[in-house]
Amino acid sequence: MSKRIMCRCEDVTYGEYRAAFAEGFTELESLKRYTGVGTGFCQGKGCLVEAALELSALRGVPPEEIRLTNIRPPVEPVTFADLAALDPPPLIGELERARAAATPPSGDEEDGS
Amino acid sequence: MIALPTGPVPATADAVVVGGGINGLATAVELARRGLKDIVVLEKAYLGSGSTGRCGGGIRQVWTTEENILLARESVALYERLSGELGLQTFFRQGGYLMVTEDASQLDLLRDAVALQKRCGVRSEFLEPQDCRDLVPGLSVERLAGALFCRDDGTAYPFSVVWGYARAARRLGVKVFIRTELLDVSTAGVRIVGVRTTRGDIATPRLINCAGPWARTLAAKVGVSLPNRQERHEIMVSESYKPFLDPMVISISSGIYFSQGMRGELLGGIGDPGEPHWDAADRFDTRSQLRFAARFARALIDHFPPAAGLRLMRQWAGLYDVTPDHRPILGGVPGLDGYHHLCGFSGHGFMLAPVAARRMARHILTGEPDEIIASLSLDRFERDEIEVDAFVVG
Repeated sequence: MSKRIMCRCEDVTYGEYRAAFAEGFTELESLKRYTGVGTGFCQGKGCLVEAALELSALRGVPPEEIRLTNIRPPVEPVTFADLAALDPPPLIGELERARAAATPPSGDEEDGS
Repeated sequence: MIALPTGPVPATADAVVVGGGINGLATAVELARRGLKDIVVLEKAYLGSGSTGRCGGGIRQVWTTEENILLARESVALYERLSGELGLQTFFRQGGYLMVTEDASQLDLLRDAVALQKRCGVRSEFLEPQDCRDLVPGLSVERLAGALFCRDDGTAYPFSVVWGYARAARRLGVKVFIRTELLDVSTAGVRIVGVRTTRGDIATPRLINCAGPWARTLAAKVGVSLPNRQERHEIMVSESYKPFLDPMVISISSGIYFSQGMRGELLGGIGDPGEPHWDAADRFDTRSQLRFAARFARALIDHFPPAAGLRLMRQWAGLYDVTPDHRPILGGVPGLDGYHHLCGFSGHGFMLAPVAARRMARHILTGEPDEIIASLSLDRFERDEIEVDAFVVG
């Protein structure tokens, strides 16, 4: 089993990633939750591309056919003190929501579609 | 192994379950355990991609209505055995639920709830504010009027439970199809006779609607009108820290809840009364909002000042499938043989699905009456006064 590290934040190796694939986790969204790849403090900035390329090799399909995981805010971890200092902005407005209903809000959020 | 089939769906099945979340997978497993043979589960994205995988993983018995307490008690007993039954670690951890209030007018409610819970066999107790500090060092107890603590409540990791059921389903011969969407349902007179999916048609006498927030849209295809509304609820995790928080803390006055996961991350959310609700899948919006992060951070620091220096790492949103009384809808509908639903869990599906699925599978296969299912049937909204449990939070 390869001990080469794929995700440095969560200490996930290529060997563990391949074992998860062999167990039946064949999508990046599931591999992420099962192995922890991309769930550490860098949130996948260091490993998401590695994970996608490895999955493309394991499935034998070109990289562009690999669906990436949803990207979640914030870009970098932020202290609760800094967030609490913000005036809570309003909810995304009804006008925008109407527009969003006409065109799906974001292509990578598959649950919203 | 949870390896899933690809290719076309089978031409016939004894039951088609719609939804690859905890309700659908648990229902399929419970039906298969009772001997039903050809069961197909349809999931339009990946397992747990709907509400199950977005939830906070809390499992609690602290409610104010007897029906909720008894069902939750049965659920905790089931969760205590579930890792062994499924053959996968669910990370169920009974750190307890500490339900607090800052509102002195709610103290009688807490005391009455403890009395009722005790009568129902639940080990909960009323706590004075200063006693809460022993349970959660750092908690801002001077703000509190009182609290209720139940040591047997806890949390589990939602995806582990989903994968555990998927693994059990595979062992029992259930065919689980991901990336497979239900397009239409055919009926003949008063009977379900088949479904059309993106991987082909299945002739089946049973359709079980476990589609969560999409259940209403599915029910409409067979002429069943559900009162469910869907709401966005947001949630977050912090970076990981060494263990500092044992129970789930939940406030019935501010609507915040937070716990520490097995990986050390603080996990929590807060309801937002300004959120709209929807009644059709094409309106869903699960984008994350800065408003949530700011509101959650304020409430968290108010309740637990040591969190000020911790860092929010990731936030996301999911959908609640909410009924008028915030209780699930179970059973079938008169005049439509073979149609059943487990939906409308109103934000409490993860904690109740295993026991709901067990009761529903028995009811579907034996036809024997079940008093819980009867009390949660769709027609209750026409029949009964709507009673909302006072411990619905968020």
